[in-house]
Amino acid sequence: MKLSVWTYEGPPHVGALRVATAMKGLHYVLHAPQGDTYADLLFTMIERRNHRPPVTYTTFQARDLGSDTANLFKTACREAYDRFQPQAMIVGASCTAELIQDDPGGIAEAMGLPVPVIGLDLPSYQRKENFGADETFFQIVRRLARPCEKTARPSCNLIGATALGFRHRDDITELTALLGDMGIDVNVCAPYGATPADITRLGAAWFNVLMYPETGESACRWMTRELDLPCTKTIPIGVGATRDFVAEVAALASVAPRLDETRLRLPWYSASVDSTYLTGKRVFIFGDGTHVATAARIARDEMGFEVVGLGCYNREMARPIRALAKEYGVEALITDDYLDVEDQITKLAPELILGTQMERHTAKRLGIPCAVISAPVHVQDFPARYSPQMGIEGANVIFDTWVHPLVMGLEEHLLTMFREDFEFHDAAGPSHHGGQATPRPGLDPGPPAQAPGNIIWLDDAEKELRKVPFFVRGKARRNTETFATERGLSEIGVDTLYEAKAHYAR
Amino acid sequence: MTDPVPTTGCRTAPVLKERGQHEVFCGLTSILWLHRKMQDAFFLVVGSRTCAHLLQSAAGVMIFAEPRFGTAILEESDLAGMADLHEELDREVARLLARRADIRQIFLVGSCPSEVIKLDLSRAAERLSAIHAPRVRVLNYSGSGIETTFTEGEDACLAAMVPVLPETDAKQLIVAGALPDVAEDQMRSLLADLGIDNVAILPTRHADDVLAVGPNTRFALTQPFLGDTHAALERRGARHIPAPLPFGEEGTTLWLQAIAEAFGVDQARFDAVTAAPRARARRAIAQAAETLAGKSVFFFPDSQLEIPLARFLTRECGMTALEVGTPYLHRGILGPDLDMLPDGTTLSEGQDVERQLDRCRAAQPDLTVCGLGLANPLEAEGLRTKWAIELVFTPVHFYEQAGDLAGLFARPLRRANALRLEAAE
Repeated sequence: MKLSVWTYEGPPHVGALRVATAMKGLHYVLHAPQGDTYADLLFTMIERRNHRPPVTYTTFQARDLGSDTANLFKTACREAYDRFQPQAMIVGASCTAELIQDDPGGIAEAMGLPVPVIGLDLPSYQRKENFGADETFFQIVRRLARPCEKTARPSCNLIGATALGFRHRDDITELTALLGDMGIDVNVCAPYGATPADITRLGAAWFNVLMYPETGESACRWMTRELDLPCTKTIPIGVGATRDFVAEVAALASVAPRLDETRLRLPWYSASVDSTYLTGKRVFIFGDGTHVATAARIARDEMGFEVVGLGCYNREMARPIRALAKEYGVEALITDDYLDVEDQITKLAPELILGTQMERHTAKRLGIPCAVISAPVHVQDFPARYSPQMGIEGANVIFDTWVHPLVMGLEEHLLTMFREDFEFHDAAGPSHHGGQATPRPGLDPGPPAQAPGNIIWLDDAEKELRKVPFFVRGKARRNTETFATERGLSEIGVDTLYEAKAHYAR
Repeated sequence: MTDPVPTTGCRTAPVLKERGQHEVFCGLTSILWLHRKMQDAFFLVVGSRTCAHLLQSAAGVMIFAEPRFGTAILEESDLAGMADLHEELDREVARLLARRADIRQIFLVGSCPSEVIKLDLSRAAERLSAIHAPRVRVLNYSGSGIETTFTEGEDACLAAMVPVLPETDAKQLIVAGALPDVAEDQMRSLLADLGIDNVAILPTRHADDVLAVGPNTRFALTQPFLGDTHAALERRGARHIPAPLPFGEEGTTLWLQAIAEAFGVDQARFDAVTAAPRARARRAIAQAAETLAGKSVFFFPDSQLEIPLARFLTRECGMTALEVGTPYLHRGILGPDLDMLPDGTTLSEGQDVERQLDRCRAAQPDLTVCGLGLANPLEAEGLRTKWAIELVFTPVHFYEQAGDLAGLFARPLRRANALRLEAAE
């Protein structure tokens, strides 16, 4: 038993729902008690879908227990088939139905419905949402995909995009265009937008593009083994990764590598002088394994940040993330407890957090800039505008998204230069942080800050400290105090302040 | 009263009883507003990851403000042996109390998984009460989907508190139902002006607030979904004051009138106290009623508020109710509201969501009141919707909120008129 308030992932049947909702012509019958339909609103509200998820819940109640829950399931299956006439069905149990052991797969198979019925076995008390999506898609592919004649032109499948995926919609568009530029067609994109009939012709592709390992890896592995479909390893998020991806794809399809970089702006924006202030900004990265790994490379190699910590919440990716952390010389944090993440962030005191919806709130509480790079996300991260993470445009989107919460270089400079000016006083904060601007406080300098222990800030030093821009003042104060403590000083003067500054200078 | 519509009422009308897929929340959801109301209580759900995910999804941004609720998630090892489970629960409660010194009551809230494995939470509550007394009291109730629908979670919670209330012989009024503070304060003030001073509210805001019950207690309900609480109070000797629910000018007046009669308040005083707020409420409703009059409304089941709200919309806003769905119909509580609902209104109890959607599409109502899982899909089909859960979170009771209540239903229709999306193409 573990006390939890926030969960990064839902239960595995929500993963199955993400696959079912992404697809067309597929229906999911879920043996579940009244109330589990709450999951519908993830799709209709957060993702703003304009139709109900294709799922029927059996809605058993206390009075049904022990007698006819199995019959209830059968009726629900029959009625769902009659009403929706799907090309295939998936059936399974939610956490409560798992306890009453009705065996939905077995029951549905025995009913002899005229379409393929795929039973799902999703262990609710051991695994979570991403596993549910991966396993569900794998079972669908295993049941329906068959070897078939290859397409005449080079083609690939896009694998792993689901409903409720972070930017999956636009990543598909971006990759489809990128592959099209190389003369490679998309045979099937699945599960997003695919029908069961589409699944049967996955084998016609020359290779698979595994977009999201969290939700497509098992199916890709099976296709490599059974359908002889090789699969890409690089996730094309970031400039370097996109270039590597193009090279990898070119080799798999035996075509010339080609990447239209006319619209690529990240490299120049990052090289331009206004970005110099980004150098060595300390960044902490957390999210699902795939987005964290790609973000780390962009942060270090394409933005010039210093990665001070990284981690993921999905233990399926623990091994690669640990290896990656070692490569970056930091400690990997593998946890699904947001309080552990908060502790780590507090300890590392980064200048920027790249994380999920949860880290956004942690960052708000700690007053640290933050950008969202991974699910779970809220409604504002299913934007109306085109905003992929993958490919050329994805890199542009990422540059803007990550830089936006930081104080821009020019603005930082102005704030320092005109800090006595009424519009640039300390409490005004950066213009785009919104809602923080307050009138200039009176001239009262306030009580001098008292350092912990018996270190005293002398008046001159205190005044000098106030000249440091407010957004780094806290760090300057801490560093100076640490410096003084280490040297056994009892007073901090202006000299101490500058000696500490020199000591910590990078 | 506004001009009474000639009606024989719906008290004895046949009800379409359905079962099938229910597109509703379970009782756990009620924790989201109950914990705001009881400021020193913690709600500990004993359940699965699904329960935690539900609370998180329903709580939206509220989850981040150090909420006083959480889920003890059952893991595979917990399902192996039962003795272990109680030890685990004791440990989690002890850890919780060590971190949160401000907590004075803990509710162990049962869920579908904990009910199915027959985890005895009432025994756990007794044991934990003994361990943590006198600082903390531990109670239990079930918010599971197999037993409760949405607001019934509040009923189960309040009903669990009634048996442990101290006994009193005092003549007093208990008003049951968690209301937003602003509405509760208005109600207290109106009752005080009527000369009814000995008023207690269930639930109290703090564990220490005095609330007792006994044979001279009369009680009124501000919410329709309190069937078990109603029964529990009657078991303690308290007597119910039947009345329509206090929605709209008419509902609020009749609700107050019933209490005034029970406490012997004379009519002159009643009129003097209520005249001004009644006039205000009528004026406020009239504005929204311009949009609503002559329009039809269809209610999917959600909170049990549907019948009193349909009564308000039909009588005070001039709407026609095509079908009024409710998850559960308690005739003892809703009798007075049913009497005022125009005869011929289709009532349904329970749900088969696909069949009900068929009826809704066939009826083509001007406004459909439904949950968030149905709202956007129905909008995409061209129907205007009002999502129902807002009616539980927003202050909607009594005179001063009557205009706001009508406004909640008018806004989607006004928006539909305001948007000119086709022309933009």
